[in-house]
Amino acid sequence: MSDLMLKGRAIKLGDNISTDDIIPGRFAHLRSNLPELAKHVLEDGAPDFASKVKALSATGEGKAILVVGKNLGLGSSREHAPVVVKMSGVAAILAKSAARIFFRNAINQGLPVLLCDTDKIGDGDELEINVTGGKIADLTSGITLSCGKMPAIMSAILGEGGLIPYIQKYKDFVATG
Amino acid sequence: MGKTLAEKILSLKSGGDAQAGDVVISDVDLAFVQDTTGPLAIRQFKESGFQALAKPQQTMMFLDHAAPSPAQQLSNDHILLRRFAGEMGCRIYDVGEGICHQLVAENFANPGDIIVGADSHTVTAGALGAFATGMGSSDVAVALALGKTWFRVPESFQIELSGAFPRGVYAKDLVLYLIGQIGADGANYKALEFGGRALARMTMSQRLTIANMAVEAGAKVGLFPADKVTWNFLREHGRGDKYKPLSADAGANYEQVILVNLDQLLPMVSLPHAVDNVRPAAQVKGVKIQQAFIGTCTNGRLEDLAVAADILKGRKSHPGTRLLIAPASRQVLIRAIEKGYIRSLIEAGAIVLPPGCSACLGLHQGVLGDGEVCLSTANRNFRGRMGNPEAMIYLASPATAAASAIKGEITDPREFM
Ligand code: SF4
Repeated sequence: MSDLMLKGRAIKLGDNISTDDIIPGRFAHLRSNLPELAKHVLEDGAPDFASKVKALSATGEGKAILVVGKNLGLGSSREHAPVVVKMSGVAAILAKSAARIFFRNAINQGLPVLLCDTDKIGDGDELEINVTGGKIADLTSGITLSCGKMPAIMSAILGEGGLIPYIQKYKDFVATG
Repeated sequence: MGKTLAEKILSLKSGGDAQAGDVVISDVDLAFVQDTTGPLAIRQFKESGFQALAKPQQTMMFLDHAAPSPAQQLSNDHILLRRFAGEMGCRIYDVGEGICHQLVAENFANPGDIIVGADSHTVTAGALGAFATGMGSSDVAVALALGKTWFRVPESFQIELSGAFPRGVYAKDLVLYLIGQIGADGANYKALEFGGRALARMTMSQRLTIANMAVEAGAKVGLFPADKVTWNFLREHGRGDKYKPLSADAGANYEQVILVNLDQLLPMVSLPHAVDNVRPAAQVKGVKIQQAFIGTCTNGRLEDLAVAADILKGRKSHPGTRLLIAPASRQVLIRAIEKGYIRSLIEAGAIVLPPGCSACLGLHQGVLGDGEVCLSTANRNFRGRMGNPEAMIYLASPATAAASAIKGEITDPREFM
């Protein structure tokens, strides 16, 4: 498997972004209409988030990389949370730590989440990420960060673009080295 | 080397020697979805090309989050779930039967089971010694189809409980205190395992409250050993034959041991907008509340309604405070009627809502207005949780909620005992 590489720019947000921040319960009636639901991503906590991601994509400067502090995605199991983050145009997430259900859901959606010391990354920094190798180069500051390893089964799922494509291909969980 | 409860259950189920850090593939005894996560699970199931459930008898659907539905889109989601259940031959618990986690505890969860639900509070069934954890829609869709899933075996924290709850202090106060100590991400990816001499006196209802909130410290499961209390609960619910004793081995390896002496606990309150922002009720008293909400998978059981009814009987809720009561299941509601609790609550001014999640997630039945404050017995107080980012949510026990409803402000429940 060749290394999955990504280039983009950091959009920084804080600690403890809950699934209620990403998709408040009051929009539960839109959960079967994901494009509509995605319009409300992070609406209460970071109202300019969606337009920032859009602006980045429009300049062609690279993809939006969401960079946050600790305990990203705490709260509910709603997979709609990583789904709408991905739909908004975010290519990868860097976090100091992430709640386990959110982390697993994001990988299942083929949205890479890498855990590293995000204090070292500034808002707007240009980043080059080796998702497979768990290495991040901050081209703005010149520093390099390494991330913890995820279980082999998770990398395999991410490598296939998510759990559903993985299962379509293998029909089962297969042993990965 | 001795095994933790988590290692023990996962070893038995995966047929190997599971140790913290390993990845295991395990059979699933019960997989379920609810009405806000189920539609996506069904779409993922179909997109994967699956035609049938691996274990229709061990698959459940619950219509509890929007119950009854307040919006046409949600009504259509309900139709989708009913149709899928009909086609696949699995059981659906329709609107009005109660909250998924309560129904799982009443009807299905057994010691040593593996339970996965598309809802984060699936951990509740850990009270019965089941390795029960919440997952997203895709993971549960695959579990529905294959009858198995993968787990990373968690490291465990041991929570060693001694003493007895003083007057006015309940399981909710203990779990709020613990989350305050551990922090909202302090047990991320870990198992919380409860033990100690205090357990023998701890009812199943109390254990369910505690296991329910394990996820608020980030934990993957909140596990209780299966003991005499478990056996009695299973017998009362017609499945005494499913009992088997289960506990961690002596010499099991714990990442952390936390000792709590219940004698020293106080009534606690969690302040907006973080569950781990916990203080003794006495330090928060006087905060005016426009709504008090007693219910949810955390505190909507018969014992909870009994405590509230005991405090509210012959008294009135404050004219400036709406008092909402939502029993966790139909069985809870019926028993609460039989015992006279519902009458006492309604006479005190309570509005009794249908069994289900009700006001907990901000969809219906008690959405807060701008600047309003709610004291809730639920498990989460994140900004926007009850439908309005401009509102404030405090979390406490049913006793604290009842006492606060009377005074119209946050109150230490011991004032009414
Ligand atoms: S009562 Fe609240 S926390 Fe429990 S399952 Fe329902 S919405 Fe979730």
